[in-house]
Amino acid sequence: MNDSPKTGGAGRFVLIVIAAIFAVVLVGFLWMAVLAPHPMDFAGGPHVALAEYHGDDPTGVPAELKGASLIERGQYLARAADCAACHTTEGGEPFAGGHAFVLPFGTLYSTNITPDKETGIGAYSDANFLDAIHKGIAPGNEKLYPAMPFASYTYMTDADALAIKAYLFSLKPVHAPDRENSLSFPFNQRSLMGVWALLFNADKRFEPRSARDAQWNRGAYLVEAVAHCGECHTPRNLMQALNHREKFAGTVQAGWRAYNITADANSGIGAWSEADLAQYLAMGHADGRGTAAGPMGEAVDDSLRYLSQGDIAAMVTYLRSVSAIATSDLPAPKAGAAPASHAEGVAANVDARGKAVYAGACAGCHDWTGVSPVVPNATLTGVRSVNDPSAINVVQVILTGAHGHTNAGTAMPAFGGAYSDTEIASLANYVTARFGAQPSAVTAANIAALRAQD
Amino acid sequence: MLHKIKPAEIEAEADASLTRRGFLHAGLAVGGALVVGFHLPLADAAPAKAPFAPNAFIRIDRDGKVTLIMPQVEMGQGIYTACAMILAEELDAAFEHVAVEAAPPSDKLYANPVFGIQVTGNSNSVRAFWLPWRKAAAGVRAILVQAASELWKVEPSGVRTENGAAVHDASGRRLGYAALLDRAQGLTPPKDPPLKDPKDFKLIGKPLKRLDTPDKVTGKAVYGIDAMPPGVKFATLAACPVFGGSVGHVDDAKAKKLPGVRQIIVLKDFVAVVGDHMWAAKQGLHALDIAWDEGPHAAISSEDVWKQLRAASKTEGAVANSVGDVAKGLAQGDLMEAAYEMPFLAHATMEPMNCTVHVTPTTCEVWVGNQVCSRVQAIAAKVTGLPLDKVTVHNHLIGGGFGRRLEVDMVDSAVQIAKQVDGPVKVVWTREEDMQHDVYRPVYRDTLSASVANGRIVGWKHRITGSSIIARWLPPAFQKGIDIDAIDSAADIPYDIPNLRVEYTRDEPPAVPTGFWRGVGPNNNVFAIESFMDELAKKSNKDPVAFRSDLLGKSPRLKAALELAASKAGWGSPLPARTGRGVAAQISFGSFIATVAEAEVDANGDVHVHRMVCAVDTGIVVNPDSVIAQLQGGLIFGLTAALYGNITIAKGRVQQSNFNDYRMLRINETPQIEVHLIKSGEAPGGIGETGATAAPPALGNAVFAATGIRLRRLPIDRDVLSGKKPS
Amino acid sequence: MISLRINGESKDVDAPPDMPLLWVLRDILGLTGTKFGCGMALCGACTVHVDGAPVRSCLLSVGSIGQRAITTIEGIGATPAGAKIQKAWLDLEVVQCGYCQSGQIMSATALLNGTPHPEDSDIDAAMAGNICRCGTYVRIREAIKHAAQN
Ligand code: FES
Ligand code: FES
Repeated sequence: MNDSPKTGGAGRFVLIVIAAIFAVVLVGFLWMAVLAPHPMDFAGGPHVALAEYHGDDPTGVPAELKGASLIERGQYLARAADCAACHTTEGGEPFAGGHAFVLPFGTLYSTNITPDKETGIGAYSDANFLDAIHKGIAPGNEKLYPAMPFASYTYMTDADALAIKAYLFSLKPVHAPDRENSLSFPFNQRSLMGVWALLFNADKRFEPRSARDAQWNRGAYLVEAVAHCGECHTPRNLMQALNHREKFAGTVQAGWRAYNITADANSGIGAWSEADLAQYLAMGHADGRGTAAGPMGEAVDDSLRYLSQGDIAAMVTYLRSVSAIATSDLPAPKAGAAPASHAEGVAANVDARGKAVYAGACAGCHDWTGVSPVVPNATLTGVRSVNDPSAINVVQVILTGAHGHTNAGTAMPAFGGAYSDTEIASLANYVTARFGAQPSAVTAANIAALRAQD
Repeated sequence: MLHKIKPAEIEAEADASLTRRGFLHAGLAVGGALVVGFHLPLADAAPAKAPFAPNAFIRIDRDGKVTLIMPQVEMGQGIYTACAMILAEELDAAFEHVAVEAAPPSDKLYANPVFGIQVTGNSNSVRAFWLPWRKAAAGVRAILVQAASELWKVEPSGVRTENGAAVHDASGRRLGYAALLDRAQGLTPPKDPPLKDPKDFKLIGKPLKRLDTPDKVTGKAVYGIDAMPPGVKFATLAACPVFGGSVGHVDDAKAKKLPGVRQIIVLKDFVAVVGDHMWAAKQGLHALDIAWDEGPHAAISSEDVWKQLRAASKTEGAVANSVGDVAKGLAQGDLMEAAYEMPFLAHATMEPMNCTVHVTPTTCEVWVGNQVCSRVQAIAAKVTGLPLDKVTVHNHLIGGGFGRRLEVDMVDSAVQIAKQVDGPVKVVWTREEDMQHDVYRPVYRDTLSASVANGRIVGWKHRITGSSIIARWLPPAFQKGIDIDAIDSAADIPYDIPNLRVEYTRDEPPAVPTGFWRGVGPNNNVFAIESFMDELAKKSNKDPVAFRSDLLGKSPRLKAALELAASKAGWGSPLPARTGRGVAAQISFGSFIATVAEAEVDANGDVHVHRMVCAVDTGIVVNPDSVIAQLQGGLIFGLTAALYGNITIAKGRVQQSNFNDYRMLRINETPQIEVHLIKSGEAPGGIGETGATAAPPALGNAVFAATGIRLRRLPIDRDVLSGKKPS
Repeated sequence: MISLRINGESKDVDAPPDMPLLWVLRDILGLTGTKFGCGMALCGACTVHVDGAPVRSCLLSVGSIGQRAITTIEGIGATPAGAKIQKAWLDLEVVQCGYCQSGQIMSATALLNGTPHPEDSDIDAAMAGNICRCGTYVRIREAIKHAAQN
């Protein structure tokens, strides 16, 4: 092509654009990675290495178990860390892996962590295990995807990690080869995960805040290093790393909404009493607050319900200290029950089909008031999910049910199999309109999309 | 269906004379009461060869109370009342003094003339017993008249009966039946007692109140599940979720510790927990850690089932009926072909499966509500190893049968459990167990081809492919590859078709047990035929009613029903957008029925049924109100299946578990229903199942009229109607 | 020992507090008029009244009732609305197999108590939770209206 003066101008222009883009990327990079706060930075105050800390040891197992065997302690910690949740697939052998993580860019499968030498972690040395937990590096320098929450586990002490290893090695080895991930380029490039870890994994052990009391520090250790609550409740940045600037402000994960658990009174848990929180974590239910379902239900079933009262109390103390962040689309839950009469309490313009389904399938247990006359867990008054205008969790519970082990026999069955997308959309809209602060406007298409995820 | 039991047909004809020779004779009184029996020659005709023997139906007590010993079970169809009406009619008994008592098990005494065994099913109670019951009663009346005439020394002809008494008008004398028992004792009833002329019926044809309902509105009625023998314990069970699987290993450590749990019983293919009450048993079962040996079917899915069935439907079947030259017929006119598919269905009776049993070293006592009482006794004897006469069966009111209680699996397992329990034990299935261990209405695939010329059908080929329930349930009736139930209402299609061939291809689905389901064979055939008739009407550019009506020359009774239903439904009158009317006509169970459905399909594909209009000629009607009730209920049963009914299989197990995923029509989805009875002097037809059969094709045709979308599979797929899926 | 008030009588039962009332009624007290259909509050067969309100006894733990008045199908006839409904059920011959009808009658009675002259929408709201497999819905609707008139 001919060389006209114009092209030179264009060339300069291109250079400027490139420079600008580069600058933006650099700033973004600094913002996301280098300057990003660590999970406990909100607390401020000095932190000291565990060795220099003078209060009771915030790590390890609770006093009740101090005398227990290594394996028993490991089991407690493995439960607290909820390894089973991801490393067990429905109907599969415990810890044998195969659980699918459906991501926008493909599907990832969890691995077998039973002590099977060939397909599990039976050949791991202590160092191998610590590398995996703390650095996200498997033997042979294989980089793990951050679906494995090593950026949280990295704060776990070596002793606790190795106790978990001892427990896992006490289990029956299961021969279960890992399933092939189906990830698109560039996400199938594990080496890139090394870069990710470099940027977003602190690779530091837990350091107590000397200005805080032992209860708070124990809570911090459990919440951050072990139970890894932030992995669901903290929003992620472009690079899928936790964005602690919005710590615990809530986000949508795997089709369920992990709610705001900051101290915000309206959209968070600021209005919850300590007793509410403790009961919710330990039992999966708090009167007037709701019942855990979906991923949180599993967390209670597989993990939290096994924790000691003291540890639950510590977690509560820590959680309540997290600074409040408001979520704009989450109103304060509507206080008080809905009217006893089916004819009142819902605007006339709300789709009547939702009411028809509610009358047949729901009212028997949830009543027209939303206060269940039979099962406290089924009361809808004050519950966050029905006070969420996205209604995403309401829809999920209708589709898949709620099956807490802590309330066996009174689990809610799944209605997804027999009701159409329209019926479920109208039902969700009716439920939020009747029992929530703000009606939802879910469509049949939304339901179809959520079904596709389950 | 009687006339269609092929192997027995010849004898059945021959027996027509036998029937006339059928005689009554008075037997010896039990407890001073007069017991009259009669024999059922038709029983000889039945495939299972019930032995020739008299049986006992009527007891008149000293106080004049007439008790009818009832071979048929009451499951809501109103048979207790209908039967009592028939007997009171011919006996001239006072209806308010007639009581009904459930008969004990005995094929000898209480065989259903159609089946040759003691069974309530196939909507044939009134059809099968209509004549026998009338003759039995008329015979008793005759000997009572004779007794009175001897006592009064007057001509029998001068003695008439009314309201439970013999009357001699000339002398103005009158005696209640009770007073005549001694003289009637030992008298032999006339060979062929005169039967009333239907025009003289006083009870038959009147909407009398049902005998069984007063106790049902106060909670006093006792169903099998309510049996409470003293000291009874309670059990519930879990069978292997995979069909054909068995128990592997059971860890009962946790369950044993629960309060109220008494015993954990591990058997080959199920585990039961016995407790002080159902709650303890349920909690115990929940606490068991059971490893199942899933057996050979652990991989079976619905896809496998359909693949196999579709393949089988391509193979020639046994010919059930052949008229003219079907090849020639199909060669003329416009050819049309279609295949219709029906899913597995569960019965979901409101009363879950249950059975209470007390086994001792020398006896076995069973409390249950079942449609085949004598089979209950037989299986209990088999499992306990006791002789039949050591097994007592107390049959109860049934909280919904629909064919599920034509099986005795719930008795089998209960007796196995009871053998290990000291004292009586009530075994109650959870709803989940009931739904996942049913015998399912089989999947069927009906392939049809027909050709039409000048608005008439000139050739018709119908192949029915599916499970043969008869072959398992009544083997002698399965002859020459034909399942007389599976072809019912298809081999005898009511339309005038010069060249026709109807075939049956047996194909047993992998793993899944199949059984009779309300509507039985006609249920799938009428859906296929009446949907196809609609498609043919469209092809011939004829109105669906006119198209059918023109082909009903040989079935005037059905033609009349069709025309009545159409006019009552306002056929042809304008309807709102997305709303349509569909019609279906059928002769099933000896009844002639036409049904018009009016339904709206909204933009999301959800179907709203607004109205069902049904016209029926079911011959002489014993209790018109019961007939109307049966049709109202049957139509709702059929609509439920058409809209929602679908049992699916994955990993060898049923995926549905309770009413959350096996959906039932509810009151706020129920359309307005109108039933119009056509007066008729013909013998009574069956009615209990006809509505279930009528609703699906009428609705499917209404959906087509509303949307132009033809659904050839059930249940109705709302994703197809909303355009999300191709049809 | 848990003490309950059932149909006006007080009864002491030896039952675990988490035991659903349904099984206490049926298996311990022999009040078998209240039926088991689903055990999941999906069908209404087990409906009883607690202080006059219709409640699914299959999920109501007996320990949570206290001294509130329990009325079952065996006792409902003693109440004016209950008697009316039962009569209407017989006048219109609603019942088929009858298994669901205890629950239907308990729900209908509660409806009539709260809404003496129910419209179709009230009947839908109050009765849609009660399944009838025999399909007696048409007559249930008529019978409720019939009872409301008398
Ligand atoms: S048994 Fe309680 S609602 Fe079905
Ligand atoms: S009358 Fe049979 S279930 Fe309702």
